[in-house]
Amino acid sequence: MNAVPQFGDAATACSIDDVACAHCGLKFRGEGMFCCAGCAAAYHLVQSLGLARYYEQRVADATQTPTRPEEAPEALDLAGWTRDLGKGERELTLMVDGLQCGACVWLIEQSLLKQPGVTQARVALSTRRLTLRWRSGSADPADLVRLVFRLGYRLVPCDPARLASTSDAESKQLLTAMAVAGFAAGNIMLLSVSVWSGADPGTRDLLHWISALIAIPAIAFAGRPFFRSALGALRAGRTNMDVPISLAVILAPSISLFETFRSGEHAYFDSAVTLLFFLLIGRYLDRRARGRAHETAGRLLALNAVAATVVAEDGTHHSLPPSQLRPGMTVLVAAGSRAPADGAVLTGSSDLDVSMITGESAPKRCAPGDQLFAGMLNLTGPITMRISAVGDATLLADMVRLMEAAESRRGRFVRLADRVAKRYAPVVHATALVTFLGWWLGGGLAWTEALMIAVAVLIITCPCALALAVPVVQVVASQRLMRSGILLKSADALERLKAVDHIVFDKTGTLTLGRLELQPGADPELLRRAAGIAASSRHPLARALCRVAPDATVLPGVVEHPGAGLEWTGPDGIWRLGSCAFTGAAEDHATDQILWLAGPNGERQRFQFSDRLRPDAEAVIARLKAMGLGIEILSGDRAAPVAGLARRLGIAEASAHLTPVEKAARLEALGKQGHRVLMVGDGINDAAALAGAYVSIAPASGTEITQSAADIVFQSDRLEAVPAALLIARRADALVRQNLALALLYNLSAVPLAILGFVTPLIAAIAMSSSSILVTLNALRLGRTRLS
Amino acid sequence: MTVLLFLIPIALGMGGIGLAAFLWALKSGQYDDMEGAAQRILFDDPEDKV
Repeated sequence: MNAVPQFGDAATACSIDDVACAHCGLKFRGEGMFCCAGCAAAYHLVQSLGLARYYEQRVADATQTPTRPEEAPEALDLAGWTRDLGKGERELTLMVDGLQCGACVWLIEQSLLKQPGVTQARVALSTRRLTLRWRSGSADPADLVRLVFRLGYRLVPCDPARLASTSDAESKQLLTAMAVAGFAAGNIMLLSVSVWSGADPGTRDLLHWISALIAIPAIAFAGRPFFRSALGALRAGRTNMDVPISLAVILAPSISLFETFRSGEHAYFDSAVTLLFFLLIGRYLDRRARGRAHETAGRLLALNAVAATVVAEDGTHHSLPPSQLRPGMTVLVAAGSRAPADGAVLTGSSDLDVSMITGESAPKRCAPGDQLFAGMLNLTGPITMRISAVGDATLLADMVRLMEAAESRRGRFVRLADRVAKRYAPVVHATALVTFLGWWLGGGLAWTEALMIAVAVLIITCPCALALAVPVVQVVASQRLMRSGILLKSADALERLKAVDHIVFDKTGTLTLGRLELQPGADPELLRRAAGIAASSRHPLARALCRVAPDATVLPGVVEHPGAGLEWTGPDGIWRLGSCAFTGAAEDHATDQILWLAGPNGERQRFQFSDRLRPDAEAVIARLKAMGLGIEILSGDRAAPVAGLARRLGIAEASAHLTPVEKAARLEALGKQGHRVLMVGDGINDAAALAGAYVSIAPASGTEITQSAADIVFQSDRLEAVPAALLIARRADALVRQNLALALLYNLSAVPLAILGFVTPLIAAIAMSSSSILVTLNALRLGRTRLS
Repeated sequence: MTVLLFLIPIALGMGGIGLAAFLWALKSGQYDDMEGAAQRILFDDPEDKV
């Protein structure tokens, strides 16, 4: 792994004094090897476990900041999450936050396996899930979880049964059926080739018998997904495409078996099994595309699974799981943790990160008496709060419910392929039946021969190219989008996207980056000093300062005054960084986005921060307008910045000051007017609107709940993803229609031959394979689409 | 043509072994984490003594 960028390289190139932290790799200046005590502890922990190779093997991902080791929560409520496996073994499943590469997986697994009593520790990188097994009594799960926290990863317990849902099991079953059908199809086709190339009757009968021996059990096993669905439809008095499919794959081998008994010339074992194989490929691809959509919003609520510290009346502290909190209790919210419930601040003052609730990036000051909502992150100083609502009664739970309600209202979208199948299925039944009756009663053939021709009609009309036409396009489209960092979450998103005529954008975090950034113009020396002081704070403005001056010396002994600022006593006197009042500067209007630095010798520096527009926002809006789409902004922010932004981007319709409910209502109104609305948003306040829109896109920088509500998630800082997804959706739609037309044309042109009884198993096999290959090749063209 | 009586069962048997191996791998969860499996081979098991 020579090409791996080493953490140390960048640091030494920067300056002689800069050191990369030996654990997390962040550059800092100062004493020792570590940027903070947490990293030092993690480093020594890794060394003491004998896992130092982690540092050689990890791959630094430049786009991700490494997670820094945190204090593990003191009390963990894991009892509800562990399962008894019998024989004294227990199991626990957790979501891992902060995984970057295989080395992280290795480190977590090996450090856990070294603990006494642990029998299994396995991290799945693709699902970010850790499965932990231990002998009950000989290991404490809370200790194990704390160990991983100390390494720098956050763990949240989860219920695998709820996350996995039934789709995993179903796609596994489809894959098994596909493997069996593929094996049978290959072998029978091999035998059929010898029949077609002119085997003498004795050998032909032998080969037919062997084919029957393979085909019948294979169809009985691999055909179950279709039989089940067909039976379900018939019981409900409906018919679907699975009915003629089931009929064909049952009738074809039955009649062929009968022919084999009579040592007849033609047998359709190969056609039936190959048909099944192709159909299963289509079904499996379709299922895989849908499977991604199953992420539950419940994961957001799981963030609260960490215990809360309750302050009793006599002043003692004890930990309780959030499920046992009751209104009226007093809870301590330490700096860096989230409010576990709704309530009001009782004592202390601090800054709150409210982005999860309102979507605004600027932190909010809070003082005794202010409202606090579950999910808000306390940034600077400890506060106590009195709880007014818990669990299902919190605003957070309200938003989840609002989102679910909007999602269910959207109803089930009927996909194009399903609509085609619904019309096509009765035609197939009728044609086959008419052919049978015509030959038997009208043509004077024996019923077996008439049935044989009817089976050929069923096989020819069975839409195996039709079944592949849509899923193949879907898979190619989602891979093409994935290459550009766009993740397609629901299978029918593309189909809905192409019909969009109106786009609604959220402002903060969607049109803008949602990150406060320092505006240029500050004195470089003072900036470095300010960044050195700011390094020890979690406040977003302090973090923004550190981002622009990453090489600043971290200054030890900084005192944080919650809700006011930071103070550092240097050799030359006291330095202060913070609000106007705290630093003695003149009052300013936009106090939220301003920091002042004041030095002992009259040094003064004003730092102004603003949220930056996404780099390509103007170009993208212009392009979307050129595509003939209506564009509108719905924001929860104040009116002035919203209007300014709308003017700059040339958007006529912009509404400010909207609550989540109003946003969702506006989308519903647009839908009632007949618009097909695409909603692009990132905040939790957008979640209901996203779920209620015809189709929705969220940036990956958004909150988890918006990502689970949205149909499409994009990763980059560039808004380009929106027109790119629209473009691919339109191209995919064109290809789907072409494919359906091709498949239908192919089937229909072969039908007259089949009705007239000219189709032999050989012709059926050729028609089936060539049409399937044709639609697949056609779909692959989508992969070469240019997005710009 | 009697040779077919040997060849066909042999061919089917070999195919069947492949199928059984795939089904076993699928059942034992080897296709559950494709991304992790690709990375896992890069790391040594510390308990293994060379």
